[in-house]
Amino acid sequence: MKKLINDPENVVKEMLEGMAAAHPDLVKVHFEPNFIYRADAPVKDKVALISGGGSGHEPLHGGYVGKGMLDAACPGNVFTSPTPDQMYEAGKVVEGGAGILLIVKNYTGDVMNFDMAAELLRAEGYKVESVVIADDVAVEQSLYSAGRRGVGGTVFAEKIGGAAAEKGWPLEEVKRVVQKVADNVRSIGIALTPCTVPAAGKPTFELGEDEFEFGIGIHGEPGRKRLKMKPVDEIVQMMMDAILQDMPLEKGDEAALLVNGMGGTPLMELYIVNRKVSQILDGIGVRRYRTLVGNYITSLEMQGASITVLKLDDELKELLDAPVHTPALRWGL
Amino acid sequence: MRVIRTFAKYLEENRDYLTRLDAAIGDGDHGINMDRGAKTALNKLESTDPKTPGELMRIVGMALLSSVGGAAGPLYGTVFMKMSMAFGTKPELSDAELVQGLKQALAGIKGLGKAEIGDKTMVDVWEPVVEFMEEEINKGKTLADICGDVVSLAEERMRATIPMQAKKGRASYLGERSIGHQDPGATSSYYFFKSLCESLEGG
Repeated sequence: MKKLINDPENVVKEMLEGMAAAHPDLVKVHFEPNFIYRADAPVKDKVALISGGGSGHEPLHGGYVGKGMLDAACPGNVFTSPTPDQMYEAGKVVEGGAGILLIVKNYTGDVMNFDMAAELLRAEGYKVESVVIADDVAVEQSLYSAGRRGVGGTVFAEKIGGAAAEKGWPLEEVKRVVQKVADNVRSIGIALTPCTVPAAGKPTFELGEDEFEFGIGIHGEPGRKRLKMKPVDEIVQMMMDAILQDMPLEKGDEAALLVNGMGGTPLMELYIVNRKVSQILDGIGVRRYRTLVGNYITSLEMQGASITVLKLDDELKELLDAPVHTPALRWGL
Repeated sequence: MRVIRTFAKYLEENRDYLTRLDAAIGDGDHGINMDRGAKTALNKLESTDPKTPGELMRIVGMALLSSVGGAAGPLYGTVFMKMSMAFGTKPELSDAELVQGLKQALAGIKGLGKAEIGDKTMVDVWEPVVEFMEEEINKGKTLADICGDVVSLAEERMRATIPMQAKKGRASYLGERSIGHQDPGATSSYYFFKSLCESLEGG
């Protein structure tokens, strides 16, 4: 498949070089081990927020490094968890005297590598806490699986945690509010096409011309089930049913929405998805407090979309609205 | 040293195969990651010239941990780190000592990943193989004697993952759809034991 790359082995390194060149006012990049960090790090007396994960989900996480959001993001190889040395070195660079909060997406590899990094940082004397994001309703939360995947909810977790940290809140409070996001956010995704990992050269799965995959993850892995293609309003209804069955909302509730493109879907289609999402929520009397539509957590060039709903309260609203200035998200400044 | 080179050779040759297996029930990166990890380990070994098996294992473990990523990185990293700890500073190892190291490695994998037999993971190859090796060594056999059986057992246990439903890792998200596919972690484990045996037989 055609990609705008050079040697597939160098995609992450070259992407990082390109990012550093584009946003020198906001971020710096450290190589070997790789991580992106705030240009003004370390920020004294502020909890340092570190996240990371496989590359291929841009702008997650590197695009969210900056004021009001992440202090550092650790990119692994495409769709592969970063290694403990990345988070360890990043921690040493960005810790400002108030401890570190790790935001970890719930995947076996991510959890293991971040846990190991936390141990290494604690051995250096840093205070480290972590919150695991597991918002994907496609997977049954059960003893017989690796648990729910961390997907779109991570964007809200990083924004809200970042705002709390920027306000100077102590580590325990930043953790508390990020955990609140984790407990009140749900997502689901669908795919029309698979994606192709550069080094593999072939798509991660096959999907027929008239099929879509319901309940996909963000790593090109197949989903909960494969169905015949339908008009998008019906697909969105299925997606919202899955979310609302798991986290019912009532008249008068307020929500933040993320209508997210998986990378290969035009903005036009995402807005059409949002049209139906809005109708459904308006129908139940839920106030759509803030909506983000666009590519926020992608899966290379996969065509598809995900919906994330975060149930809000006053505290979360205030933190969501707080100023942020990163390559991918900017308001209030 | 020869073991590591042989393992690396298998990982390189079978990188696409592992990728295909991982794509079926995962995200398609096991082959790529293990190949990269093995090459990193070999480079590190070549540039540091370890003096004891324990030191060699530690170098390999750290190299894998920092270059493989995913769940495989910590798991295979633990394999070699635990073996390194078991081997200590001994300049040479007896068969029994090697098997004890493998036993520690298995305990490490199970402690980290919390998988049990039947979860459709690397443990489905490691546990039966290591138990078999321990039993035979206790009966007085040598590793060279039992190598053929070890490789057959590993291969059989690897194939036995095909009908299992995954309870761990990314494959577990697929539920019943993981049935009918061989586990990539069990497959790379088979290559591990195959490499171990081939190197021992070599002398």
